[in-house]
Amino acid sequence: MSKPTTITVDGNEAVALVAHKINEVIAIYPITPSSPMGEFSDLYSSKGQKNIFGSVPEVFELQSEGGASGTVHGALQAGSLTTTFTASQGLLLMIPNMYKIAGELTATVFHVAARSLAAQGLSIFGDHQDVMGVRQTGFALLASNSVQEAHDFALISQAATLRSRIPFLHFFDGFRTSHEVSRIEKLSDEVLKKMIDSNLVAAHRRRGLSPDHPVLRGTAQNPDVYFQGRESVNRYYQALPEILQGEMDRFSALTGRSYHLFDYVGAADASRVIVLMGSGAEAVEESVTYLIERGESVGLIKVRLALPFAAEAFIAALPASVQAIGVLDRTKEPGSTGEPLYHDVVTALFERGESLPFKMPRIVGGRYGLSSKEFTPAMIFAIYDELSNTSPKNHFTIGIDDDITLTSLEYDHDFILKNPDQFQAIFYGLGSDGTVGANKNTIKIIGTETDHYAQGYFVYDSKKSGSMTTSHLRFGTKPIKSSYLIQKADFVAVHQSVFLEKLDLLDIAKEGGIFLLNTPYSKEEVWSRLPRVTQERIIEKKLKFYAIDAYKVAHASNMGRRINTVMQTCFFAISGILSKEEAMAKIKGSIQKTYGSKGDVIVQMNYAAVDTTLENLYEIDVPARADSLLELQATLKGDMSEFTREVIGKITAFKGDTLRVSQIPDDGTWPTGTTQYEKRNIAQEVPVWDADTCIQCNKCVSACPHSVIRSSVFDISFLKNAPAGFSAKGAKGKNFGENEVFNISVAIEDCTGCALCVEVCPAKNKSQTNLKAINMVPQLPLREEGIAQWDFFLSLPKMDRGSLDPSNLKESQFLEPLFEFSGACPGCGETPYVKLASQLFGDRMVIANATGCSSIYGGNLPTTPWKKNDEGRGPAWSNSLFEDNAEFGLGFRLSIDAQNDRARRVLETLKPHLDGALVEEVLGAEQHAESQINAQRDRVEKLKHSLKTLDNEDAKTLLELADYLVKKSVWIMGGDGWAYDIGYGGLDHVLASGKNVNVLVLDTQVYSNTGGQQSKATMTGAVAKFAAGGKAGVPKDLAAMAIAYENVYVAKVAMGANDTATVKAFVEAERYDGPSIIIAYSHCVAHGYDLKYGFDQQKRAVDSGLWPIFRFNPDKIKEGENPMTLDYKGPKIDVKDFMYRETRFKMVEKMNALSAGTFLQTAAHTAESLYARYQNLHAYYEPSSKEA
Amino acid sequence: MDFTTTFLGLNLKNPLIASASPLTSSVESIRRLEDNDIAAVIMHSLFEEEINHEIHQIDHFLHINSNSYAEALTYLPDEVDFENLQADNYLEEIRRIKESTDIPLVASLNGISAGGWIRYAKKLEEAGADALELNITYIPTSMEMEGYRVEQMYIDTVASVAEKIDIPLNVKMNAYFSNPANMAKRFVEAGAKGLTLFDNPTRVEVDLELLSPLQRANITTSYNLSETLRWCAILYGKLSCSLCANTGIHSGEDVLKAIMSGADATALASVLLTKGEGEIKQILSDMGEWMAKHEYESISQMKGSISLAHTDNPSVYERNSYMYALQHYRR
Repeated sequence: MSKPTTITVDGNEAVALVAHKINEVIAIYPITPSSPMGEFSDLYSSKGQKNIFGSVPEVFELQSEGGASGTVHGALQAGSLTTTFTASQGLLLMIPNMYKIAGELTATVFHVAARSLAAQGLSIFGDHQDVMGVRQTGFALLASNSVQEAHDFALISQAATLRSRIPFLHFFDGFRTSHEVSRIEKLSDEVLKKMIDSNLVAAHRRRGLSPDHPVLRGTAQNPDVYFQGRESVNRYYQALPEILQGEMDRFSALTGRSYHLFDYVGAADASRVIVLMGSGAEAVEESVTYLIERGESVGLIKVRLALPFAAEAFIAALPASVQAIGVLDRTKEPGSTGEPLYHDVVTALFERGESLPFKMPRIVGGRYGLSSKEFTPAMIFAIYDELSNTSPKNHFTIGIDDDITLTSLEYDHDFILKNPDQFQAIFYGLGSDGTVGANKNTIKIIGTETDHYAQGYFVYDSKKSGSMTTSHLRFGTKPIKSSYLIQKADFVAVHQSVFLEKLDLLDIAKEGGIFLLNTPYSKEEVWSRLPRVTQERIIEKKLKFYAIDAYKVAHASNMGRRINTVMQTCFFAISGILSKEEAMAKIKGSIQKTYGSKGDVIVQMNYAAVDTTLENLYEIDVPARADSLLELQATLKGDMSEFTREVIGKITAFKGDTLRVSQIPDDGTWPTGTTQYEKRNIAQEVPVWDADTCIQCNKCVSACPHSVIRSSVFDISFLKNAPAGFSAKGAKGKNFGENEVFNISVAIEDCTGCALCVEVCPAKNKSQTNLKAINMVPQLPLREEGIAQWDFFLSLPKMDRGSLDPSNLKESQFLEPLFEFSGACPGCGETPYVKLASQLFGDRMVIANATGCSSIYGGNLPTTPWKKNDEGRGPAWSNSLFEDNAEFGLGFRLSIDAQNDRARRVLETLKPHLDGALVEEVLGAEQHAESQINAQRDRVEKLKHSLKTLDNEDAKTLLELADYLVKKSVWIMGGDGWAYDIGYGGLDHVLASGKNVNVLVLDTQVYSNTGGQQSKATMTGAVAKFAAGGKAGVPKDLAAMAIAYENVYVAKVAMGANDTATVKAFVEAERYDGPSIIIAYSHCVAHGYDLKYGFDQQKRAVDSGLWPIFRFNPDKIKEGENPMTLDYKGPKIDVKDFMYRETRFKMVEKMNALSAGTFLQTAAHTAESLYARYQNLHAYYEPSSKEA
Repeated sequence: MDFTTTFLGLNLKNPLIASASPLTSSVESIRRLEDNDIAAVIMHSLFEEEINHEIHQIDHFLHINSNSYAEALTYLPDEVDFENLQADNYLEEIRRIKESTDIPLVASLNGISAGGWIRYAKKLEEAGADALELNITYIPTSMEMEGYRVEQMYIDTVASVAEKIDIPLNVKMNAYFSNPANMAKRFVEAGAKGLTLFDNPTRVEVDLELLSPLQRANITTSYNLSETLRWCAILYGKLSCSLCANTGIHSGEDVLKAIMSGADATALASVLLTKGEGEIKQILSDMGEWMAKHEYESISQMKGSISLAHTDNPSVYERNSYMYALQHYRR
């Protein structure tokens, strides 16, 4: 046994390192939290790394998990060793192929980062619902509990599947294991080669389909033989446990790490035993060790092979002293008599019955840890305590307070298991400040270059802008089993002092611990700037308090706002984990390793930051008494419902875990419009309007991704009550009177500071050309005045919608957005379109939203941006899945049409009892323009009034249905991943349906939400994940495909290039009584440039010809006009002038100049051919040419 | 006719050097210059910004949004290896040019701050450059920045580059010092083996539509040669370094004037950009014709012949003659 190499990796990388080495084909599709496994594999292959058979595995991204599993099935059938990585809904989409693969006794391993399923809500976090949802397919289920085990089991499962011919699903907990960074021993190629039996690989290949030895598989079978065929595989399943144990034993001989189908840990005479699988087993093992030291007779069975359940091995693993068993399932099967592992244990023991080697123990089942809910020693103790009872609670839950069905076990919330061996550090950072990256680096340094064990786990916010990240780092001389968040920290670092304004972050500090703060204030001033509770915590816990102005140091070292190296240096300097000299040397070594390939300059810059950090870090003398007058601010502000305050307020204050079951909506229904209370104050600088320079074009209003810039025209008399600083100027435009004034106001507390508004502003100050009509200024000094101005703006009367022309950009921007303050990234390119739709049609919209960025910023708890207007109307929104969104929206349409149809029929029936003229008007009303819709609403109100006077069943029915007589606008929204790839089949079908739905494709040309994987919309030459060298192919022309139907309204738009055409497209699409699709260019953080230039880049995209903009309106064919309106004039600039302003394109030039040149040529050709295509279409539809 | 001269210790077949411009940015165009008898080439400048910021910028945008959101810990593949960096390509270009040409090659660095880019000087030497030109352009906009500090910055930069290399260093200086002669002396003391007089700064323009200032290349004519002639003449023979006349050399006559004023060589850019490489031969031929007509045998014969030290009318280069010129003009 050679000395193993130690590496510090997360679970996904640990698995990918093995899977890539022992497979020939890898077919994948991104889904959180498994995506990195595919990305790592793609990276290894793109770098030419070979598998143990000497070839570079083919990594291929499909259009969906259904597609990936089909390709896996095919590759297996053609004889290659093949794998895939997935999770959650992705795994569910693979079920049909999993039956086939298992039914055909095909060796493969699917690696799954186990994740919750979307039920009452989606969750990206970890539990076993997905894995338990495929128990019936015939796959063996193998659970690993830690990063090391995930690495090891990736190999063991492959060896076992080849020998047993039973496909394996190897799983580990999403996030807790997939994303936990840990020090592990790396498996050498030598071990890999020894474990993978080449004879079995050859046998697998020989079973593959080949015309050289043809066979037929996949027959259709009849009642005479199907049943027998199903039973023919039994012996393989019976043999599997022994085969797997055999592989585990071989593995043990090679590595010294020993595993069994069921591993027992605990007292030899334990009376109480917990049975579970996954990362929770680590925490239970830690607790068992603690309890045994205190004389308790407890034990734990770690289930490795969950299916087929090896009953004999399980019984053999139990201590004969067992009296009570608690079986924990990390899943939920509503209505069942228990969850799967519980069922298996009960069945195993009861089937042995009298012949058990011990007296039948009490067996109870419980659920824990759904959606990565914490599972801590205190909870584990509560379970062991419960098992001591003569009749312990069965089907319990732990970790929540179920005050309705009383399933939950009580536990001691104050108990914290002390691990004196561990050094625990917690860091609060801002998403973009590099805190997490620095901490990952720290773990690598300590884990790889010292004898310490190291563990890192990272918690992210649900917002994409200004989000708080929390890093949990543990170091120790013994293996770290704590698979839960840090509960008491030796070291607390707050990398953004603003967090302290709202949160009591030092509660978690241990007495005598260390507190490090990044603050802009001087050594003398810093204490007085702390909130009182922070001061009190420092004093009562006797914390050593250090401070640094990290931004100053970073700036001086040319590192901008990235304070990672600075704060990492501080940590090493004061934590005492390593000696200062050793730590500094190691940081520099790591900088060289990280940045060496990117040039010496970056290395030197980071070195400089390390050196100057120590000169700027100082310890603060802590006074004896807290004297601050600063109280913690509430996380929600304003006049809100009790639910919002009590429930959503708790979540925003990071206390959501304390909410009781009864407080959570049971069917997933949540109120809209709650972002307005969250005043996040995340922008350092915010826009301020200059009335004198402004030309009143409203472009800034339309561009604002977070709806924080609003404009209005109102009577000058309102200004009497205006607060200080609120300005207004005579309204420009023929529709406005002399006494009317124009104002632009900014919700500075909700702004993210992206500055897109400033860049789009066309007006320059005549005396100072560096100023525009809207300019960024520091937020803090403005805050109080700004809040008063915003409140006053909201109190102004809303403009009359009927008097505004919605197809005019300027006038459309006076309409109230019913989508505001979302959690989208600063400068987001999608949200301006979403907001526009809400302004134009929000009061009659029903939205089907595909999973992706738009469903996250649109519907991720705690607060949501869709809201109601003053009349209580607004968009009704739902997210079904990723793949089915078009069909989901079509369902809305069919349902609304059915209700409308029924309402009309009942109304006809009731006509004799009602005002006949009114009924005729209601039934015959045109509902295109805003005024027509308002008139219909008035009629329906009148109708409802009359209906109330009738005592008649039909009248009651119609009263329920009458609102369906007013037009409802169905919108189907999602990204290009949905529309071009996974949902394309459905989208195509819905477009072909002829039904009146409006599809909005927010096209970022990449899977933005899951981290930038290529889609079929990805432009030629763009680097994306799974296109690491730049995409060679040409993007799909979805618009042209839709135009081919001829009865679909199709628009391709880019607001930054032509906002007028964009607004027209929305209005025309909605007005068109049939399917409409708008494909909207959306710049994105995944493009790699400062998004304040997003609209400028949109214009370049159009000018280069790579994003043609046009509208195809079938209504015009009927009117004898040309349906095709080209909104651009063909390629005007070199494609390079667009492409090389974005890192996604530019980096290709820096990686491979040759392919960069080819990509530019292809792109230039595409630009020309697209223009020719659309010019031809225009010419074809020209009425005169058709006649000719 | 003997056109040979020496500049920076390099033997040149004639005094015509191609100054840093787009024409000296590729092997192909440099070969065209060589084919047209250029004596040496100063490569297009590698800017401090290109060395420092190009990769920094890509690195910044690769990571700026990473580790913020659980589903998208990164947005672009980040473990990629970069090769085709501007700074590295420049080194590669030097190697290729040296392989395919026979004339001396002067690399050119353009920068001012004390920073990592200075390290590149040695790399340029290792790549095969015969000499290095340093183009220092610093435009102080702060009123608090005193003149002597600016001067010291220039000197420090020259010294720190000179210290790094063994090939000769040429400083392309500008004319906007209180005492250019003193600066020239200090540059030489700091390690410069040659001075180019003078740098020709870019032109500022204003776009009235955009209400924005613009930077434009400054194409010269022979009219712009005056200050170059003056300071060549003043400095000739006073410093142990070569002098190269730059800015306004457009004809054979211009070259002769510069050499007679004291230049060892002359650098051409505008004339080649506007008239093409073929103009080099024309200039040489015109020079030859003039020299034959006036019975000169060699360039070295005329070098510095009308410099401040050797002229029969030194007052032309001095202030009182300036007054005379103005009075003369009024008449």
